[in-house]
Amino acid sequence: MGKKKTMRILIAKPGLDGHDRGAKVVARALSNAGMEVIYAGLHQTPVQIVNAAIDEDVDAVGLSILSGAHKTIFPKIMTLLEEKGISDILIFGGGTIPKKDRGELKSLGVGEIFSTGTDTRDIVDYLDRTLTR
Amino acid sequence: MYTRKIKERDDDKENPIPDRGLFKNLSGFKIKAVYGPEDISQFDPENDLGLPGEYPFTRGVHKTMYRERLWTIRQLGSLDSPSKAGRRTKKLLQMGATGISLCLDMPTIMGRDSDDPLAEGEVGSCGGVSIDSLEDMRNLLEGVPLDEISINFVSNSQSPIILAMFAAVAQERGVPLELLTGTMQNDILKEYQAQKSYYFPPRPSMRLTIDTLTCCNEHMPRFNPISISGYHLASAGATPVQELAFTLANGFTYVEEGIKAGLPVDSFAPRLSFFFKVHNDFFENIAKYRSARRIWAKTMREKYKAKDPRSWLFRVHTQTSGSSLTGRQPENNVIRVAIQALSAVLGGTQSLHTNSFDEALSIPTPRSEKLALRTQQIIAHESGVTNTIDPLAGSYYVETLTNRMEEECEKYFKEIEGLGGVISAIEKGYFAKAIADSSFSYQRDIENGKRTVVGLNEFVEQEEVDVELYEPDPRFEKEKILDLKDLKRKRDNNSVESCLNEIREVSRGSENVMPVLIKAVRAHVTLGEIIGVMREVFGEFREVSAY
Repeated sequence: MGKKKTMRILIAKPGLDGHDRGAKVVARALSNAGMEVIYAGLHQTPVQIVNAAIDEDVDAVGLSILSGAHKTIFPKIMTLLEEKGISDILIFGGGTIPKKDRGELKSLGVGEIFSTGTDTRDIVDYLDRTLTR
Repeated sequence: MYTRKIKERDDDKENPIPDRGLFKNLSGFKIKAVYGPEDISQFDPENDLGLPGEYPFTRGVHKTMYRERLWTIRQLGSLDSPSKAGRRTKKLLQMGATGISLCLDMPTIMGRDSDDPLAEGEVGSCGGVSIDSLEDMRNLLEGVPLDEISINFVSNSQSPIILAMFAAVAQERGVPLELLTGTMQNDILKEYQAQKSYYFPPRPSMRLTIDTLTCCNEHMPRFNPISISGYHLASAGATPVQELAFTLANGFTYVEEGIKAGLPVDSFAPRLSFFFKVHNDFFENIAKYRSARRIWAKTMREKYKAKDPRSWLFRVHTQTSGSSLTGRQPENNVIRVAIQALSAVLGGTQSLHTNSFDEALSIPTPRSEKLALRTQQIIAHESGVTNTIDPLAGSYYVETLTNRMEEECEKYFKEIEGLGGVISAIEKGYFAKAIADSSFSYQRDIENGKRTVVGLNEFVEQEEVDVELYEPDPRFEKEKILDLKDLKRKRDNNSVESCLNEIREVSRGSENVMPVLIKAVRAHVTLGEIIGVMREVFGEFREVSAY
């Protein structure tokens, strides 16, 4: 077995909302777990996020949404990725996203939606499991 | 004798009092098993506390406190559409709320009109009301008696425009400006530190704040032009003592900026008010309020030479802790809110918002918001805690904590001063870093089991409980955009253009922006258009994205 490649993860806050506590905690936890984390910061549009994901050659993109705009933003990102023919970047997310909406997002190809109160170790495990498969 | 006995217990190695390193409050202070006279050996009630309503106001800002008048029961009355928000407000008032807060949707918060491409999917979001034009403000305030009910506008960067619209509606209705009560949050400093809904760099933003302050001073003497807010700092992760220190430091910064702008301190300081969060730690919270009042009073009198006793008063609105609510077993949040609310009342708050139990999942339903309101009424009318003022005064523990909070604050004040003051410290990223560190260590404490959150890391249930959730209206955004397009077609667009030119000129200069803003909103210039012109003049702020 060769040395395991370091995972590169983009964490972003799409939309107008500035509640970045969760995004920052997750970014730091992933970084402490040995992943390379690129934090895109606030007020990012879907186009900016997808471009950053490609430019930074990341394995996954984590989106934090607390404003209720998840039903607009996730589909846009998935469509943009599809248009660009990209299928090897995992999209996951978290925030104030009701349970009943999570299935719909996953059916678009979103890997996982973490609810409020998630243990950051569960996110690390999830990425480990999913990206090294 | 008594003191010696406490010490003997502390020192007893054979029967140690449990100390697993867990007995710490949220600010990280180690808490002893028993407090006694030794802990407050210098205690001097006359100097340290004063009587309620007397300097240094540790026991409360009013002589009679809740015996004469309860705190303002202030709930959020907003909802996506201005008319719906107006109806929700009236319903809350009928149920016994005595004040109202109105928050804005994300596009309004970020200075974007509903038809801005960046607003897509967020119009009417977060339980906030969408305000594009004067028409929206008219609908929002319809039937609300403006000279009787105090409205707290949860408005920050866009405050000059919201204030202009509020004043314009009052004038249309024939309500004299000098009778308007209420509050504009209008605290830009904490936006850079925590809440992150800024548009311009800190210094032009501060100029706009001082413009609103001056305008209220001259025309709206009963209105609170700034509510200096620790709530958002705490929500982003600041500990209670950081919340206290940073909020007060921000408060003093507004005082200094006001003085710099040529305003005598006593002309505006009496109208400055505050906004705190009540965290989970019951006694720590009470100590925070008591020391806040004492530090504010002493500093205003001694450092800023305020002569009017009203300038010494730390008057505060409180909200229970949204970030302490869990999405798992959400009904447990009813109890968290009740305990926090009780703590705020014992801390002597002037106004209180209780959160709804479903807020970790969605914005509240009518049922959950009614329960939140009733929680306050039960505390007010059934618990007996309003009978006497500052009942915890003289408690060895609470007095010790109150003193300790004050000492720790002084350390933060020195650190901020060393960085060149609050605005420089913002520019250096000091607050964002300090708050991110605290929020990460809080999360780590939960994950390694040092801190228990019921239903989250202990007493966990596998099944997620389903509760009834609020359903946003999916048609709202489209309808709002159509209304706005209609307005833009029908208004006199020449006069809109000339107003925008005037705003550009005034923004470039140093004149107060308020008169031209009032003129512009009357001509149906929209909020997004005004901010757009100001962005051209002032530029946009971008924070260094660090975690």
